[in-house]
Amino acid sequence: MLNYIIRRVLYAIPILIGVNLITFTLFFVVNSPDDMARMQLGIKRVTPEAITKWKQERGYDKPLMFNDAVEGTEKFTRTIFFEKSVAMFAFDFGRADDGRDIAHEIKTRMLPSLAIALPVFLLGLFVYIFFALTMVFFRATYVDFWGVVLCVALMSISSLFYIIGGQFLISKMWHLVPISGYGSGWNAAKFLVLPVIIGVISGAGASTRWYRTIFLEEMGKDYVRTARAKGLSESLVLFRHVLRNAMIPILTGAVVLIPLLFLGSLIAESFFGIPGLGSYTIDAINSQDFAVVRAMVFLGSLLYIIGLILTDISYTLVDPRVRLE
Amino acid sequence: MSFKPIILWTDALVYLLVIVIIAFVWYVRRNEYLLAPWRRVGHSASGMAALTVLTFFIAIGLLDTVHIRPAIENSNGSSGEKAYSVEVLSLLDIIATPLRTRVEKTYSAPFAAFLYTKETAELPDGRQIREFPRLQFGGAHLQNPETELAADVAWKAGVGGGLGLLLWGLVVVSLTGLLANRRDEKFLSAFSAIWRGSTQVPWNAICITLALLLLFCGAALALSGSYHIFGTDKVGQDVFYQSLKSIRTGLVIGTLTTLMMLPFALLLGITAGYFRGWVDDAIQYLYTTLSSIPSVLLIAATVLMMQVYIESRPELFDTIAARADLRLLFLCIILGVTSWTGLCRLLRGETLKLREMEYIQAAHAFGVSHWRIISRHILPNVMHIVLIATVMDFSGLVLAEAVLSYVGVGVDPSMISFGTMINAARLEMAREPMVWWALLAAFSFMFALVLSANLFADAVQNAFDPRARTLSAKAIILRRRRHEENPQAQSVSPTVEGSSKP
Repeated sequence: MLNYIIRRVLYAIPILIGVNLITFTLFFVVNSPDDMARMQLGIKRVTPEAITKWKQERGYDKPLMFNDAVEGTEKFTRTIFFEKSVAMFAFDFGRADDGRDIAHEIKTRMLPSLAIALPVFLLGLFVYIFFALTMVFFRATYVDFWGVVLCVALMSISSLFYIIGGQFLISKMWHLVPISGYGSGWNAAKFLVLPVIIGVISGAGASTRWYRTIFLEEMGKDYVRTARAKGLSESLVLFRHVLRNAMIPILTGAVVLIPLLFLGSLIAESFFGIPGLGSYTIDAINSQDFAVVRAMVFLGSLLYIIGLILTDISYTLVDPRVRLE
Repeated sequence: MSFKPIILWTDALVYLLVIVIIAFVWYVRRNEYLLAPWRRVGHSASGMAALTVLTFFIAIGLLDTVHIRPAIENSNGSSGEKAYSVEVLSLLDIIATPLRTRVEKTYSAPFAAFLYTKETAELPDGRQIREFPRLQFGGAHLQNPETELAADVAWKAGVGGGLGLLLWGLVVVSLTGLLANRRDEKFLSAFSAIWRGSTQVPWNAICITLALLLLFCGAALALSGSYHIFGTDKVGQDVFYQSLKSIRTGLVIGTLTTLMMLPFALLLGITAGYFRGWVDDAIQYLYTTLSSIPSVLLIAATVLMMQVYIESRPELFDTIAARADLRLLFLCIILGVTSWTGLCRLLRGETLKLREMEYIQAAHAFGVSHWRIISRHILPNVMHIVLIATVMDFSGLVLAEAVLSYVGVGVDPSMISFGTMINAARLEMAREPMVWWALLAAFSFMFALVLSANLFADAVQNAFDPRARTLSAKAIILRRRRHEENPQAQSVSPTVEGSSKP
């Protein structure tokens, strides 16, 4: 088992290097730092001195890959590639445009992101499975049919409208919870209710439908027929046999998302004014803070890769048929 | 009026897409085995109703694709050559000229005759009062809007809707005549067959959808002549016009992205599955790496970089429309490049399976070249996956556009789209009373577009994917009902073909 985990982790390294190369190409090769400086300082009235100063402040004034001006190993280390891209492996993300340390910002903002994303994830999983099971239990009736219709309708609404509608109804009309904001400690709870509910509802259509398909596929298998032939009641078949087997694809599909929960949700966080990583990213995009976006791309893929590794491990734990080679 | 036709980048690609689709339809019609699954699509009531709605959207989108630059009236008349306006208009703009040019001062509610904000007006005797001024165009023909407005709106809606229904009646009559002619029946029996739903193609569902659509279109057309039926936005532009313009943006993003994605997915997916070995490893590495970057972040990063590129090269574009259009194209390319990995993975898996089949082995034994095997034997057999993925992706892309525009990495701010509409309206949420109409318009148009796209995609998936067919709710109900009626009968797939002749 340990061997397997080590091998999986080693597999991840070339992928991370690839991600790093992609972001490096995107941010420094497609457009030169001069272009970025001009974009940020305003296109028309920009002096060469201002550009040089901008580049110097951010450490973009070095050669891309190879520095001829210095000696020894510094030829490679005193370059943009080494200082900006390779350093990310050591979680050294540099400073944002407002001068703050990005790594520190990420650390403090992870918790609020998690405070929304985790309840949405857990509650969502529970609610979607519950509804999917209900639809499967009442399959071949109009409960199932209208359930699917409702799912398709829910899928067809943009997530922006869920948030706008939820804020309008619950906060503005009924004054149940504050529209947006965030507090510390337990004070945060009242700010979190609305985003969590909306998060669960906006994902309901697609997920419930997907789980329903998984359950129905499982229902067609031979062991289900055997269970029925033994004379087990339909609900026993469904809840004891089908549910447990269908949990394998559902859980392993969900595990990959767990590390990504740290990133939070871009839209929800900015709508509800929650100081998490999602709103951090949006602010960075709007103010064109390239360093922060680059850091977030790297962090996002790192978390996704961790998720993939966890998925593989959870497969071997949950499903005894999967053998480690 | 003289004009100069303009073909923007996305226009050219849309024309290309239309040609490809026409060629595809022509090719499918000649091959019965290709036609069979499409017949199943044609027999799905929800799918065909959705297609009717989609046709309307596509027609509006196509009208909005033909772009021209009108000539400017030369007042000095000295120079010989014509000058063309920098404003690029589409056919839809020209048809909807009244909607486009009747710009109010600022916000006004749907069907309002007064502005939404108070203004200081001077009375004849010199006193100043604060009041809601009359709109310049909305309801301008009314003498006394407080009393006349409701009746006038109802009357105009009634007339428009009535005309719409009249047109619908004509369509239904000619359709029935056509069917009666084709099936060699009497007119009345064809008519009752349509309404009983005993035709193979669910004409009754299509007719009902068409009735609703024409009713809405007729009323909207009649009313939009003298009112702003969805109100006006901050700078006084008609929201109904904006909703119509947004349709093209949504359609272009939904379709062109797929067009951009297909070459990557097809080429890489099939080569990986077919050649295996190091080619497979390299391609797998490529798509694992790309797909491990969360897509929103990758799109955001790429769009930021594209903005830098476009901003630093202003000399490339002669009109604002050309710049916005190129941004839209870039957005499609970026979405395509970031989203081909899923389809690529599916195609690789299917090709891995196919290449072990006997007929491929036989082709090898006969010495058929690799590329010929791929193009003749593998490609046609993975096309159903491509088709399903294409239609399934469409609605997601339309929704993604709105989110991306909100994040600030979507279409050009000067381009009207659902995303920019929502974005502008969102800022006015806090106003009291609320400015809700732009949100309502964006919501209803988007919902209609995405819902019909989803329903059509489901019909296509059910027809092409045998696994999905057995799982659809309706199929299960039908199967059980048939089973109860006739327990001895083998359970037959509910969508088995009758021997229908078109």
